[in-house]
Amino acid sequence: MKDKKSFWEHLKAWVDGEEVILNADKYIATRTPKESLNWHKFFSVQNVKENKRNYAVLSVGITALFIGIMLSVVDALPEFGSPYNPSNNEVMVRYLEKGIEETGAVNFVAGMILDYRAFDTFGEANVLFLAVMCVVLLLKKDKKNYSAKEEQENQEDDFFDTNEKRPILQIGAKMLAPMVILYGIYVVLNGHLSPGGGFSGGSIIGAGLILYASAYGQKKMQTFFTFKTFTKICAGGLLTYCACKSYSFFTGANHVGYEIPKGIPGNILSAGFILPLNICVGLIVACTMYGFYALFTKGDI
Amino acid sequence: MMEHINWIHNIPFFSIFLAMLSGILTALVKNGKTAYKIHMGMVLVVCIMSGLLLVSLSAKNEMFTFMMGHFPAPWGNELRAGPLEALMATTFSVVMLLTVSGGSQFIFKDVVEEKQSLYFIMLNALFGAMLALVYTNDIFTAYVFIEINTIASCALIMAKGTPQSMVGTTHYLVISLLGSGLFLLGVCILYSITGHLLFPQMQEGILELIKTEAYRMPLLVVTGFMFIGIAIKSALFPFHSMLPGAYQAAIPTSSGILSGLVLKSYIILGIKLIYCVFSAQVMHTLKITEVLFAFGLAGMVMGSVYAMKERKMKRMLAYSSVAQIGYIYMGIGMASPVGMTAACFHILAHAVTKTLLFICCGSFVEDSDGKEKIYHMRGVALRNPLAGIGYTIGALSMIGIPLLAGFISKIYFATASVYSSGKMAAVLIVLGVSMVLNALYFLPSVIAIWTPVKGEEKKPAVTNSPAFATSIVGFIILNLILGICYRPITHIIQTSIELLAQ
Repeated sequence: MKDKKSFWEHLKAWVDGEEVILNADKYIATRTPKESLNWHKFFSVQNVKENKRNYAVLSVGITALFIGIMLSVVDALPEFGSPYNPSNNEVMVRYLEKGIEETGAVNFVAGMILDYRAFDTFGEANVLFLAVMCVVLLLKKDKKNYSAKEEQENQEDDFFDTNEKRPILQIGAKMLAPMVILYGIYVVLNGHLSPGGGFSGGSIIGAGLILYASAYGQKKMQTFFTFKTFTKICAGGLLTYCACKSYSFFTGANHVGYEIPKGIPGNILSAGFILPLNICVGLIVACTMYGFYALFTKGDI
Repeated sequence: MMEHINWIHNIPFFSIFLAMLSGILTALVKNGKTAYKIHMGMVLVVCIMSGLLLVSLSAKNEMFTFMMGHFPAPWGNELRAGPLEALMATTFSVVMLLTVSGGSQFIFKDVVEEKQSLYFIMLNALFGAMLALVYTNDIFTAYVFIEINTIASCALIMAKGTPQSMVGTTHYLVISLLGSGLFLLGVCILYSITGHLLFPQMQEGILELIKTEAYRMPLLVVTGFMFIGIAIKSALFPFHSMLPGAYQAAIPTSSGILSGLVLKSYIILGIKLIYCVFSAQVMHTLKITEVLFAFGLAGMVMGSVYAMKERKMKRMLAYSSVAQIGYIYMGIGMASPVGMTAACFHILAHAVTKTLLFICCGSFVEDSDGKEKIYHMRGVALRNPLAGIGYTIGALSMIGIPLLAGFISKIYFATASVYSSGKMAAVLIVLGVSMVLNALYFLPSVIAIWTPVKGEEKKPAVTNSPAFATSIVGFIILNLILGICYRPITHIIQTSIELLAQ
């Protein structure tokens, strides 16, 4: 080690605070650098993720905090069903008192979702349509997502579908499926008269189709329900909805055109557009339900 | 009978329904090219109609509500349009038009042929949903179209079909759903304490609640939920983690639309909520604006810091979006009309610039054999000068060079800071730091793409398709218009914010 330091080295050592310690050079040479806690690393997402316990504690803490906030909000909310609630206002009164007269539907809910607030329901029908189109985009067989192995598995499945004897399931399905579908149709058609409507009836029809498909295999379904029929029904339903409601919105907002005949409340042919709209929604929902089932099991409709 | 119809007032309704209708019709089309034509035609028509609406509304300086159906406000749905909404709709349609025409080559290359028409269904629905979010006057309608927006944006990300895009989509979906869930909770609680779903009636209810001090705690929580939900949806700083993965894995066209437009549609909904539902004063009493302001500032710095660390261009652009969203929230958080004007202008500036950057970046990736690191893109602009110029202009605008859109929004942010007491120092310091950071990550990439690689044989120059060239030129012109002739636009924004705040 050099005995004589240059002025610059002296200055450096003084700035670093080494001059004040005896035998500073020796001390610095032998000491090991102290491990400093790297705060940036300590709090980084990577570290939290690797340290499973931290992660668990943190997530439980956040969840508990949220549950606490939610519970206290629920506690502070107006009591359920109390007549003095803010939601018990002129909006609800008109829905209940003038609903039948204005929409022609005995079922207030149908009147609300398909006439008073039909724009929201149009959005919802589109949500279903887009969801199933999304699944088609994701799962429908194409050259990118479909391998030879899957093709082979699918063929084996088809082989079992056609050759395996499943008498209980098949006879049960043969008897039940038409009744389920018929009941679904009843719920859809009576949507404006009794509880139910397009959404609930459509899902019943969809369940019937799924039952039939699972008993007889998709090959048999494809004799009357192909991807082409599927898109045609979906798009047809939505187009009819779109046309009916465009007409109704346009005439309503601009105060033109004639009123849609509402018929006698309680009759099957009444309530203006609500019956056709219910049928459209029912068709879309049924197709969506079955479409999800078919795409997730076979990757095709 | 038809002569007393005000056709101008029907434009919002026509635009939304036209977009949804073409989405449905596209389902019947098998061919991607036909679907592309339908989409472009629809956007063009919406663009012209929105332009007419903008001209008419800003000339008369009026706003109107449009009854969706036969039933008036608290019973039926309603749309609301003022100059701000019309301006946003016009910008959205222009940007959509340019992005899709410039990015059509990526769609036709990256999406499997039989699924191209499905991609366009999603584009149409996404466009319709964004328009609905801009025009809505009803909080439940807003929620429904948020759902459509979420589904369609996930579809746009996964359309490429690669494993990365699946991972990106899943991440995006999980975080988006968290945002939607919080928003829905907010809608439910707000309905049960005010009893209404339409903006004006809700506002009356909330003002009444504030006056009587009833339901103070649910109101505070609900406001928090709504704005956290919107912040998650629009990728404000701590909730941004889904952006880089998703944007990197998606087709450049999707990335451009998602970053430039979809994030903005949620912010516009947020602005409408601030003025039409909660009212600026309530937001101020509940200190929500302060929180948004703080997160905005954090996002401005952290987004840029993350972007500096990135070596892949698309991820860098995604993090840069995080920083720019931070700017917008900072403007909103200033809680003054001037700050809001700056925020709205930045929405336009970022929409125009970031889509340009993504489209150019997509073309660079293609020209450098699918490699995404900036290192591999050296010299790529020399082979494709048009995309290079586009990227450079976009980068300079993001940094804030005069004559470009980004400069104007920054100058407006700085001016706005003067009007918000106690926030001036924070705004100016963070604005300065963030601009320097922007330059630190954008300039190296610009230099890299213009520097030839030594000792490598020259690759042939790239020929651009006319659609791509038109789109890049269009974006550059838009950027210059926003940067030079910004007066009328800021004037429209200012007056329409006054209208909103009434």
